[in-house]
Amino acid sequence: MKTRITTALIALAAAGAVQAQDNVLHVYNWSDYIAEDTLQKFTDATGIEVTYDVYDSNEVLEAKMLAGNSGYDVVVPTSDFLQRQIAAGVYMPLDKSKLPNLANMDPALMAGAAAYDPGNEHAVIYMWGTTGIGYNTKAVAERLGEDYTVDSWALVFDPDTVSKLADCGVSMLDAPTEMIPAAMNYLGLDPNSTNKADLEAGAALIEKVRPYIRYFHSSQYISDLANGDTCVAVGWSGDVFQAQARADEAENGVEIAYVIPKEGALQWFDMLAIPADAPHPDLAHKFINFIMDPQITADITNYVWYANANAASMPLVDPEITSDPGIFPTEAAKANLWASVPYDARTDRLVTRLWTRVKTGQ
Amino acid sequence: MRLGRRFVIAVPTLWLLLFFMVPFLVVLKISLAEPRIAIPPYSPLWEWVNGSLKFNINLENYSYMWEDSLYLNAYLSSIKIAAIATLLTLLAGYPMAYYIARSPEPRRSILLLLVVLPFWTSFLLRVYAWIGILKTNGILNAVLLWAGIIDEPLVIMQTDVAVYIGIVYTYLPFLILPLYANLVKLDDTLLEASRDLGASRMSSFFRITLPLSMPGIIAGSMLVFIPVLGEYVIPALLGGPDTLMIGKVLWNEYFSNRDWPVASAVAIVMLVIMMIPIMILRRAQARGAEI
Repeated sequence: MKTRITTALIALAAAGAVQAQDNVLHVYNWSDYIAEDTLQKFTDATGIEVTYDVYDSNEVLEAKMLAGNSGYDVVVPTSDFLQRQIAAGVYMPLDKSKLPNLANMDPALMAGAAAYDPGNEHAVIYMWGTTGIGYNTKAVAERLGEDYTVDSWALVFDPDTVSKLADCGVSMLDAPTEMIPAAMNYLGLDPNSTNKADLEAGAALIEKVRPYIRYFHSSQYISDLANGDTCVAVGWSGDVFQAQARADEAENGVEIAYVIPKEGALQWFDMLAIPADAPHPDLAHKFINFIMDPQITADITNYVWYANANAASMPLVDPEITSDPGIFPTEAAKANLWASVPYDARTDRLVTRLWTRVKTGQ
Repeated sequence: MRLGRRFVIAVPTLWLLLFFMVPFLVVLKISLAEPRIAIPPYSPLWEWVNGSLKFNINLENYSYMWEDSLYLNAYLSSIKIAAIATLLTLLAGYPMAYYIARSPEPRRSILLLLVVLPFWTSFLLRVYAWIGILKTNGILNAVLLWAGIIDEPLVIMQTDVAVYIGIVYTYLPFLILPLYANLVKLDDTLLEASRDLGASRMSSFFRITLPLSMPGIIAGSMLVFIPVLGEYVIPALLGGPDTLMIGKVLWNEYFSNRDWPVASAVAIVMLVIMMIPIMILRRAQARGAEI
């Protein structure tokens, strides 16, 4: 049983205490995002101790990075956030001579990530995934009928449908740059539009279904789905699969499925990067190189159920994972995936304001 | 003599200056800046342009708070939640403080110890324990379902009810202790006199004990009301999206919106609002001292 630290709170409390010590690497990663033995293996192989803190939102990471002197050596921003944080001077260029395992990476996926970080100068792909819908198959069938096929954003964005699910619990990610574009996508708008009217239409749609949403949170849904405390969650692919695995382990009769809606979904890359003011850049390079080891990356994917971008690791990944269309989307589904673009400061402010309004109902 | 006195005053003055005034001025300074995506995430208040000092003072963050009803509603909602929670804590805490104060000495110490005991575990852990108790498949629902009292699990988590439970539970000791300190000093002869003069127990309580314990009630209530006003952890963990409190708005501005200037402006206004109950408390204490 893995100890789970969900709230950013604890991460904050822990982060406040981060201090530069020699030969101790400070890693700040998403919650539930690493294999149980990865850090121990790293310490065994290199003699470097690791202090590991977690967060569950890009916004929190960005707030800490922009404050400066975070004390972290390796952080894992998502590609669109990475791009504008690079522009703000948050990250140092990688010394590729220290990263021989870069040769293992999938050139096509790295080229995709280069759209955010030209030449992959500052970051390498840690894991990638999609933002779709996780749901409790029995609870949804009970309320919508056995014949209802869950294949569309309508499950959460159509007021009639979602109202029938409110009693068993529906949650959404607390991530404005993912939720509002998803709503725009459902409305047939371009999810990457920065047009004020489009963004407002997306937010208005979520406000309409908000009475049926139990909470907005980006990590709590894993255990809630697994325990049957909630039955539908807009969530990240691997997190939903982790909920599925936990329910299986608990043998509590809860069956969880993940779907990439037919309208399309966000595809994102989480990137390993080194803050410009990292106290131990050398150790950070060693860690990133270690993660790119095929066996290590395969172990992580086998544990967290997120796709990696390490071509050499693929033969070592569980076939159950490589064949799952929720994790490695089919060609047809790939055509509908979109990649996000970072917002400029004005759009960012508009989106965060809209989101505050959605969340608080004000 | 006068030098010694000055020195004694200088230490706390310096302390306040360093740990209250300086951070306050930093927050005030940020509240007058403009947000930007950079390190640090706000514009400098003054800069040297071609050898001359240029000030960029921006009052928009304050006017913005007026334009968006969110902030006013959050303040009002925080005051409402803090007031209701204080009242509930008082209703729960007064009988407990009264009982402890009226208990014989050895038992009194044990009871006081029990009141303070929860502080020995982390506050965060205790709030997490409440999640386990209150959630849909939690302990409370399991017991009630098992006993046949309810047919459907109650949805308490992520509602205001859960927030009130969390606050009353957490802040109860802060109310009991000052109230106890007051009640234990109560002069028994006054109660005896009132009984001799024919007052019932009830009437003695309302006409003697309650008025005399007023300074304790005020001190205890303020110790609950003021921190609850800015409470973040309990509404964040137990409350739902509908629970609107200024602490959450502040966190949101800082971490989700990464808008330090607006967050600072919200904090400054909150500080001003907090001054009011603190001044009431001081006045009540001054009056208490006169008696």
